[in-house]
Amino acid sequence: MGWAMTAPLVVFFGLAALAVIGAVSLILQKHPIHSALSLIVVMVALAGLYLLMGAEFVAAVQIIVYGGAIMVLFVFVIMLLNAGVEEHTSLSKMAGPPGLLLVLALAGFIAATVARSGASVQAATQTGALSSTKGISEMVFKDFVYPFELTSFLVLVAILGATVLAHREKS
Amino acid sequence: MVPTNYYVILSAVLFGLGVFAFIFKRNVITIFMSIELMLNAVNLAFVAFSQALGKLDGQVFVLFVIVVAAAEAAVGLGIIILIARNRQTLNVERVDLLKL
Repeated sequence: MGWAMTAPLVVFFGLAALAVIGAVSLILQKHPIHSALSLIVVMVALAGLYLLMGAEFVAAVQIIVYGGAIMVLFVFVIMLLNAGVEEHTSLSKMAGPPGLLLVLALAGFIAATVARSGASVQAATQTGALSSTKGISEMVFKDFVYPFELTSFLVLVAILGATVLAHREKS
Repeated sequence: MVPTNYYVILSAVLFGLGVFAFIFKRNVITIFMSIELMLNAVNLAFVAFSQALGKLDGQVFVLFVIVVAAAEAAVGLGIIILIARNRQTLNVERVDLLKL
């Protein structure tokens, strides 16, 4: 087999390239709204990768919650605050090259570690017919039912917190 | 069948780009978006290992991460609105009350 480009590999590299291009575009764009649209590209590409891995429920949640709710919130706030082109001082421009080195070191370290220890993970059984949505529902509502209920509380607190924060006091 | 390594390396690359955006960008909204990018990269690793190990725990964790990210986005954007209202800027270098 080796480097034979099978169909899933082609799809993977296409989506991976899309995700990386979107992430680079997020950094290069000067206007926050363009960065937000780049991030949406990354999220849709990742949803495609989840589908490729057979995690269709996670892919749907990724599109609905990330692409649909969180990014709309971001775009809405950008428009609400009328955010303009970001300005860089000389000091912040200086932070670029060392930061890039640091990030390359970090990503390289993670990638090298994974590439070296990947064999142990590869050995697992490939269960293609893993019924992901049904299995997830059983896990969420049986094994993880207390964390699940706690997240509902977390969301409630987040709603209240956001309301209190954004509320303009009339004095 | 795509090797798990590829997914995890892509996850590392996306996380690195998120870290770089976090330290390089100056707009507080964009910095917040780079945090979301890092969360997404970690989610990708979770799903990749979930698939490789044939267990669904990773996908359940991804659901929880997404819920936490949604809560974080709601509160964080509330804070950003407050910053913009009180200091009339979105540049993090202008938000320097705690600086000596």
